[in-house]
Amino acid sequence: MNQLATNYLTPSGREEAWRFTPLKKLAGLHDLNVSLSDNISISAKNDLPKGVKITNIDTSDLPPAYVASDIVTNRVRREVAKSTLLTISDDLEIVEPIFLKRKCGVSAELSRVVIQVGVNSRATLVIENNGLGKLGEEIEVTLAAGSSLNFISLQEWDLNSVHVAQHHAIIGKDAQFNSYVVSIGGSTIRISPTVEYTGTGASAEMNGVYFATDEQHIEHRIHVNHGIPNTKSRVNYKGALAGKGAHTVWIGDVYINKSAEGTDTYELNRNLLLTDGARADSVPNLEIETGEIVGAGHASTTGRFDDEQLFYLQSRGIPADIARRLVIRGFFAEIINKLKNEEIEERLMARIESELSRVGE
Amino acid sequence: MSVLEIKNLQVSVVTESGDKEILKGVDLTVKSGETHAIMGPNGSGKSTLAYSIAGHPKYSITGGSVTLDGNDVLEMSVDERAKAGLFLAMQYPVEVPGVSVSNFLRTAVTAIRGEAPKVRTWVGEVKEAMASLNIDTAFSERNVNEGFSGGEKKRHEILQLELLKPKIAILDETDSGLDVDALRIVSEGVNRVKENSNLGVMLITHYTRILRYIKPDFVHVFANGKIVEEGGPELADKLEEQGYAAYITA
Repeated sequence: MNQLATNYLTPSGREEAWRFTPLKKLAGLHDLNVSLSDNISISAKNDLPKGVKITNIDTSDLPPAYVASDIVTNRVRREVAKSTLLTISDDLEIVEPIFLKRKCGVSAELSRVVIQVGVNSRATLVIENNGLGKLGEEIEVTLAAGSSLNFISLQEWDLNSVHVAQHHAIIGKDAQFNSYVVSIGGSTIRISPTVEYTGTGASAEMNGVYFATDEQHIEHRIHVNHGIPNTKSRVNYKGALAGKGAHTVWIGDVYINKSAEGTDTYELNRNLLLTDGARADSVPNLEIETGEIVGAGHASTTGRFDDEQLFYLQSRGIPADIARRLVIRGFFAEIINKLKNEEIEERLMARIESELSRVGE
Repeated sequence: MSVLEIKNLQVSVVTESGDKEILKGVDLTVKSGETHAIMGPNGSGKSTLAYSIAGHPKYSITGGSVTLDGNDVLEMSVDERAKAGLFLAMQYPVEVPGVSVSNFLRTAVTAIRGEAPKVRTWVGEVKEAMASLNIDTAFSERNVNEGFSGGEKKRHEILQLELLKPKIAILDETDSGLDVDALRIVSEGVNRVKENSNLGVMLITHYTRILRYIKPDFVHVFANGKIVEEGGPELADKLEEQGYAAYITA
């Protein structure tokens, strides 16, 4: 069977790419055994700045810019009649973040979003996913030469939501892609942030924060494809888990092609187990076909909550619940502080704290 | 006037080979303004005494009592003990990644005082306390104990002592790992708090060196889980000359 054909198969759960995912909890997004809404739930939250446009156009007029291997991504491409296109013109310096919001309906939705950042433009894009939703999503981001995009994807879904997505960035010469994937809500989240490079000097910084509680499944599958010389990647994902059946999966695949001399890559995943009964899977993979690189490394740690930290804080009069919050906040601070948006930071920490307080209920 | 009263305190720690008794009946009373040096060889249980009073979950109390001004300390949670007026300066202060010193100090002071300190006076209060301990102001933005040198950790402990203003402080081997200059700065900090707030001090140490800077009123020799000899400052001089050998074999 050729690759194209297998891309449309329904996964059985035995495939490497699906072996961690609870297929039964995907609400039919993987096999489309579900009635789909043709609603397009993504839209700009506020007036868009000059030079930024968002439109829904026929999918056939917006061919994919890369070959996808993910089954859900291919289903999205095949099923959606209209894709959402967001363009940022050349030479723009947009200081204020651009906010997109999603309001999904009760039915499942497939959504394809294409984002094109113009030459030498700089912007921050925030996508807020909240409420109830069953969403299969592909986001394709193309960064033209010299551009820079902070891409912030916030999964603050309600308890019963399901979200399966691929976020793929194609990074041009000397362009900088910074992604922040924050997954807190939802019953099952499976997001594949993937990047490739089309010009030398291109760089990706991929950050993630996730927090899973009782019976929640949160999976991030990173794939970085260093296919050309002199590109850079930094991956840093941090997760915390609490409660019975909380499950997180982090896959960090980094591939350095034979021709990708001068590659500089490092990936890191840290997990903090706050209670018994939670499980964090962490699988870094580094495949290197050339030795002529600047650096390549990875680290993965999964540890328990440090009672000594709690004791130290408590011995200074700080009550246990506040001490616990301080430690968790501290754990995530390294990444969340980089968002440089106090409102979002506070909202995310508040959500994490409220989820934590409900563990085991 | 505050009184910390330890009576016949017995403490065990859980090990792989079962419970191990470490403190075998400790009696000690520390009052405001007094400085008690607890001296003894390594492994005699000095630190266990300190951590048991602070409420570390590793230790289980099997007998005896600890009261502060008549209130049962052993019934209190760790943070309640601190709020009641106890402070433990640790030998190995714990790193808390991602939590800045300034946030930590403000949170602790808010908890101890029962209300957030006024922003205007608080900043000055911290600056002054840091300056007197020769701590650079950039210190506030660092994460608690993360990447601190041994001396910085100890100065940070005494900074907390100055700001939290406890009634009774237990200093666990605060002198360890300090060079002469750092020892002097830290000791001056302790003496300053003693003068300003009539602090009672339980000074746990292996060496007599720190006693040249912080003068004890009483010296207690600790060996094999209990106090085996008590006296005035002159007892420290005797230990300086003769060491602990007599107590270990006894």
